[in-house]
Amino acid sequence: MPWPDETAAGRANSLDRGDEPIVLLRDVHKSFGALEVIKGISLDVWRSEVVCIIGPSGSGKSTLIRCINGLSPIQRGSIKVAGREVNDPKLDKLALRRNVGIVFQQYNLFPHKTAIENVMMAPLKVLREPRAEVEKRARALIAKVKLTGKEDSYPGQLSGGQQQRVAIARSLAMRPEVMLFDEVTAALDPETVKEVLLTIKELAADGMTCILVTHEMGFAREVADRIYFTEGGVIVESGPPAEFFSNAKDPRTRQFLSQVL
Amino acid sequence: MLEIIGPFFRDLYARTGLNFNVFYDPYEYGRFFNGAAISVQLILWSLLLSLVIGVVGAWVQSARSAALRGTVNSYIQAFRNTPPMIQLLFFYFGLGAFTPAVDMGGYSQPLVSSFAWAIISLGIFGGAFNVEIFRAGLQAVPEPTIEAAESLCFSRWQAYLYVTLPLAFRISLPALTNNLISLAKTTSLAYVIAVPEMTYVLNQVWSDNVNVPEMMVLLFVFYVAVVSLIASLLHWLERRLALPGYGQ
Amino acid sequence: MTPLAFRLDPTLGAGWRLSGLLDWRHGLALVLAFAASLAVALAQSAPPVPRPSALATLVIWLPFIIRGFLLNLAMSLLAMILATVLGIGLGLMQISPLAPIRLPARFVTRLLRNSPWLVILFVVMYVLPVEVRLGGGARVPLPDWLKATFAFALPVMGNISEILRGAVNSIPSGQWDSAEGLAFTRLQTLRWIILPQCVRRAIPPWMNWYALLTLSTPMASIFSVHEAVSNAQAGMEAAGARPDLLLPFYLFLLVLFFAYIYPIAVWTRSLERKYAVA
Repeated sequence: MPWPDETAAGRANSLDRGDEPIVLLRDVHKSFGALEVIKGISLDVWRSEVVCIIGPSGSGKSTLIRCINGLSPIQRGSIKVAGREVNDPKLDKLALRRNVGIVFQQYNLFPHKTAIENVMMAPLKVLREPRAEVEKRARALIAKVKLTGKEDSYPGQLSGGQQQRVAIARSLAMRPEVMLFDEVTAALDPETVKEVLLTIKELAADGMTCILVTHEMGFAREVADRIYFTEGGVIVESGPPAEFFSNAKDPRTRQFLSQVL
Repeated sequence: MLEIIGPFFRDLYARTGLNFNVFYDPYEYGRFFNGAAISVQLILWSLLLSLVIGVVGAWVQSARSAALRGTVNSYIQAFRNTPPMIQLLFFYFGLGAFTPAVDMGGYSQPLVSSFAWAIISLGIFGGAFNVEIFRAGLQAVPEPTIEAAESLCFSRWQAYLYVTLPLAFRISLPALTNNLISLAKTTSLAYVIAVPEMTYVLNQVWSDNVNVPEMMVLLFVFYVAVVSLIASLLHWLERRLALPGYGQ
Repeated sequence: MTPLAFRLDPTLGAGWRLSGLLDWRHGLALVLAFAASLAVALAQSAPPVPRPSALATLVIWLPFIIRGFLLNLAMSLLAMILATVLGIGLGLMQISPLAPIRLPARFVTRLLRNSPWLVILFVVMYVLPVEVRLGGGARVPLPDWLKATFAFALPVMGNISEILRGAVNSIPSGQWDSAEGLAFTRLQTLRWIILPQCVRRAIPPWMNWYALLTLSTPMASIFSVHEAVSNAQAGMEAAGARPDLLLPFYLFLLVLFFAYIYPIAVWTRSLERKYAVA
């Protein structure tokens, strides 16, 4: 079953190189006060590509994700998403966030709204689309994340994995071109991790551009087109998963992989 | 009304000597009814004013200007750490001396009546506590939830309206309920500035008729009834708005 | 989300709390208002007949008002001791496993907590006799201030009973289980294990109620007890019932109470933070 409203470009299974990467990072620097956490990262993500960013804690992975959708400002460098410069002070953040959806580790659903209301809220209030249409799309999205029957449950009544899937559906309701996933399975029990990863896998297979920060190496190996390893605020190594996991070149990468695999 | 219950109470007086004359004597009943009406209005308006002040105060406390924040904080500290009875006296006698009086031809009536001053004083008193409650409620809305709203393209104002405020209100409700109930009970202090609410009226009745114990029981029952009603209403609201799944 | 998400800070408590964002500078505001009122009163009194200024009048009556204030404090301390002792007793009754003890205790607690303090004061003042006749013919007079003290103790007693019940209930059941496993009786468990733990977490709310109690002692002036408000009003009458005295005198009373209560509130808040770890 195809995802509601996927674009023609998204349906392509092979990578559609197009003119320009859809997400472009050039020499990004980010500091929290005096502490610099991202020390010059550059990477490209092409349309329909699935990119996994892995690395030890504190290496700046989550911060990077939050910079891409403008939640954290950067001090130096450039981030371009679908042609919009995120660092531009005159940037209309709302327009940027229409193109970028993000799913957090802590799901962050709105507890005073049911699952389906959570999914419908943004299209109704922000995009002002007609209610009947939004509801239809919301139900389809909830079905796609395999939560039919839970539409009228409140977040407090759902398990962690179910909440996370609602969060994914909620972000997709805004029809983004890029989806960011910030360690979305880190707070879940092992049984529920699988159901969330399956959802992301289907999403990727249908052509959505995904950038994932994750600890799930098996998942990364299976789904990613490219893996980036960050440590100390820089990208140490990157490559396609087959090569990356079996034949890492940098000793730091090797050490990290030996610890986690 | 009096025709229905009057005979019972007159009979009660004849048989037991318990004199609830407010329920069979038309004049006393009139006084009782007016007292009840004034009490109820006093409670309603004071609670309302305290809520408005609470909301405005909490909003000002997130303002950027340190002077504004300092003013609100001074107000809160001043009204929370001083006796409400003296606040009433201060407003009515102290500030009341400055308000203009209207010449009614023969005597002059102050523009702001004792009833109005009672509402102002009690509302400001209750508001000081509510500001803290609402501020804590606003702060208790987790930052990540707001971030999620902003990531979904809600503007800052929209996120505030659709996410922060509804959640802050629900979170504040239990503590707010306690405060409002306490405030309802405190309104009886309006007695000291001669507001003709229930305590004052029944005091007059028992002074005139020497049926002190009966009237005191009635006073008790009245307040317990009103407070219980308000408490039930607020608890119903609390249950209805509770966040499902985050229960006690 | 953790269970504590979307809940208010538990130290906010069930009753009115006096401590908020505390800063000595806020007290300054009150003092400044007081000074301003004196200035206004001064400006107003340019009468044909020379008479002492509002400030001078206040200074004359200061000792008298302070004496009255000391009575307020005495009433508050005495009432608090009474309320604590009786409240703990009532609280222990509330947690009794025997229904004939527990249910009346619950009822009395609820009644005391839900009644307006002024109404309780009225009832006590009328109901308690002017003097008590003891067995051997001795007659103990009950002055008005003593009756008022008892009246103030009653609602606080209800609240302390409730604090105790809440504190005991907040001790994890594991404590009771392990005590039982060590062959403690119920009374011993309460005495050696449960109540000592309750004391710490009950102190901030207890102090808060003391402050609220003190703030309600001016009600005694309604019954001509010679405390701060009565004395201030008597002073104003004696000085000629001038309208320009009203603002400074009442503001002074507010400042007086503030000066006593505010430090208590600050102390309560710091204790709360200290004990909040549990």
